[in-house]
Amino acid sequence: MTHATISLKTDGFGQTARSDAWWLQPTTVFFGLSAFILYSTWAAFQGEHYHFGPYLSPFYSPELFGDSPHSLFGPKPAWWFSWLPWSPAFLILWVPVGFRLTCYYYRGAYYKAFWADPPNCAVGEPRKRFRGENSFPLILQNIHRYFMYLALGFLVILSTDVWNALWFENAVTGETTFGMGIGTLVLATNVVLLSGYTLGCHSLRHLVGGRFDHLSKRPMRRTAYSCVGCLNQRHMLFAWMSLVWVGFSDVYVRMCSMGIWTDWRIF
Amino acid sequence: MAKATFRIWRGDADGGELRDYTTEVSEGMVVLDAVLQIQADEANDLAVRWNCKAGKCGSCSAEVNGVPKLMCMTRLNELPLEKPVTLHPMKAFPLVKDLVTDVSWNFEIKKRIKPFKPRPPDAEDGTWRMAQSDVDRVMEFRKCVECFLCQDVCHVLREHQLFDGFIGPRFLVHVAALEMHPLDTENRLEALRTDQGIGYCNITKCCTNVCPENITITDNAIIPLKERVVDEAYDPLRRFFRKMTGGR
Repeated sequence: MTHATISLKTDGFGQTARSDAWWLQPTTVFFGLSAFILYSTWAAFQGEHYHFGPYLSPFYSPELFGDSPHSLFGPKPAWWFSWLPWSPAFLILWVPVGFRLTCYYYRGAYYKAFWADPPNCAVGEPRKRFRGENSFPLILQNIHRYFMYLALGFLVILSTDVWNALWFENAVTGETTFGMGIGTLVLATNVVLLSGYTLGCHSLRHLVGGRFDHLSKRPMRRTAYSCVGCLNQRHMLFAWMSLVWVGFSDVYVRMCSMGIWTDWRIF
Repeated sequence: MAKATFRIWRGDADGGELRDYTTEVSEGMVVLDAVLQIQADEANDLAVRWNCKAGKCGSCSAEVNGVPKLMCMTRLNELPLEKPVTLHPMKAFPLVKDLVTDVSWNFEIKKRIKPFKPRPPDAEDGTWRMAQSDVDRVMEFRKCVECFLCQDVCHVLREHQLFDGFIGPRFLVHVAALEMHPLDTENRLEALRTDQGIGYCNITKCCTNVCPENITITDNAIIPLKERVVDEAYDPLRRFFRKMTGGR
């Protein structure tokens, strides 16, 4: 019989009796989210190569003001401060950023990965003080449902982009014909994955039916609650797949626009 | 027969140490079997709380290799037996002796939650009528065996010791079972927001991960309650709409 004296309480950052690779999950999340934040920030600041033919990068959609044919209200507005850098993405990116930032899944993930609050389950934390989402600033996370409303609108807009990506202009005749390119499929997949993520939102689940105790008397709501609940069970999966794919969609449009990749037409 | 080493916390509230015990293990054994064998053969004074050995009484909660688990539901073939298996008592609660902790705080918390308050009976014989689909949602919460592993792993209690301001995942599940019950008429949302501190939960899902009954604590209980609290306290549009329609 041997003896080893070890403190019972966890009282230091990273202290734990866990023998598994508990650091792997938060580290993966840290690098995954950091890579996306860095790329999307860089892409948003570019202000060019965000459209190619009928394709518009989802980072720039809807293009409220801008120089591309996709712009809804014309070029850069005169009221934009001259000392501020300009990109059409600045006007709209706050919506998907806000939606993901306040998302219940991402909250749990980045509290662990970026704040070590906690680093992982049953692992010691670096700080003793904890206020959680009980007070400012994290109490603002409760705004999530408002971002969800806006994100639902973005799904409609991005679906319209997919429709537009089915109409190709002949450079010689100027005639517009129905067709499909790899880019169309890329943008369509983006909408499917974003829909899987947005329509599985916890706030949406609550609003369509979760807030009622008697769903049996509301068959439409019961069906909606059940459908959202089904997607909600895979919320983490859709959160990551849609994050990766929305980034890839921008890369695809950018590469085609820069002439590095060729957009193959299927028909 | 194969042997395995168990590194078990021995001590009380004043202090203690980890001691190694080597015992024979065989196919089908769970951690509690090994602990009881050690108790019988080598350490007659080892304190361990257990009862059903079937994962239904919630008594044998401990931390196996640092992860809160029921010892009776942790099979040895799931553990790397080439290294010593470390056994600690639940660290969130006051230690009584060895693997036994004082979980009485939980019972005091439960008393502070407004009890079930059904609407008047639907029939003259004093009974109610409910749709099965309405009750299904809360049935999941009733699987809880009160092992308090979720309370133990919750960093708000374990690390930050906020026992005065936060009731913990076990009782958020309990409140959810009451709040979502189709017959219940009580409103517990203001208490949830204030005294019971639901805002302290930062959705790390550790409670869900350790639940031996696989209750989806975070997604099905805590987040829906958080959303109900948002309805009540943080959503101005919803409050306006509620005032206009006179609904809850």
